[in-house]
Amino acid sequence: MSEVAQWVVFIVASSAAIGMAVGVVTQRNPVHAALALVGTLFAVAVLFVMQEAHFLAAVQIIVYAGAIVVLFLFVIMLLGIDKHEVLDETLPLQRIIAGIVGLGSLVVGAILLLKADAAPPVTDPDSTSRISGSGLGNVEHIGRSLFSDYLWAFEITSVLLVIAVVGAVVLVRRRSGPDAPEGREGLGAAGDAGGSEKARA
Amino acid sequence: MTAIDANLFLAVAAIVFVIGAVGLLTRRNALVMFMCVELMLNAVNLTFVTFSRELDDIGGQVTVFFTMVVAAAEVCVGLAIIVAIFRRRRGATADDLNLMKG
Repeated sequence: MSEVAQWVVFIVASSAAIGMAVGVVTQRNPVHAALALVGTLFAVAVLFVMQEAHFLAAVQIIVYAGAIVVLFLFVIMLLGIDKHEVLDETLPLQRIIAGIVGLGSLVVGAILLLKADAAPPVTDPDSTSRISGSGLGNVEHIGRSLFSDYLWAFEITSVLLVIAVVGAVVLVRRRSGPDAPEGREGLGAAGDAGGSEKARA
Repeated sequence: MTAIDANLFLAVAAIVFVIGAVGLLTRRNALVMFMCVELMLNAVNLTFVTFSRELDDIGGQVTVFFTMVVAAAEVCVGLAIIVAIFRRRRGATADDLNLMKG
């Protein structure tokens, strides 16, 4: 890609990311906020592609836009759209303080960006984790790294996912009976599920 | 390799992160607060990928992979909690949830 084309892509993607992020925060309707979130995730995926992280860009689209946002939308549909968000402040000055905190962290970030020197590559030239000169594609390189250097962490994530699934099922499962919690059996079963989850962990 | 300086990517990530943080601090709807958390996670992912390119090390991208797994698990459990809360009290406004007890 020529340099001009790269700049065009970068400017479009980054302004989309920032604009959509503002949309997530400012939209009253949660459905619109979720759609704006999809826009941000897409723009960030484009920025990933620009930095040659092709695998992560694909995973970003599949997992975030395809699964997480759909989950959000399902929950919004399930609960009914909560349009009447209470807008009076219970904490005094909350917005102003939030704005000050945001601006302050932006200023700190800008100072750090401007003052920092370019970091030299710290990776050992012989290390397998070096990107340039490895001769591997992006997906292949991540795969090799994941199943050698990060194998233990990778296995732990499977436990994490099992716990998350079991936890979600236990949390949303209805106690027997439409609304009145009948107590005993419901709670007992939930306790059992919690126990087996701990045993698995 | 892209010709664009890594600092610009870092700046975009920082701006998105701050937008997410301000949204988390100001919004009341628990679902939108969750989306703001996702925004912040994504901004940090972008930072990781940028440094991965800058430092010429694949480790940053592997870390982003793990972050995505954790984010997926977090959303799964978090939305389950919101649904459970909603069933009990017909609303998911964060200010109303000041008791651990149902």
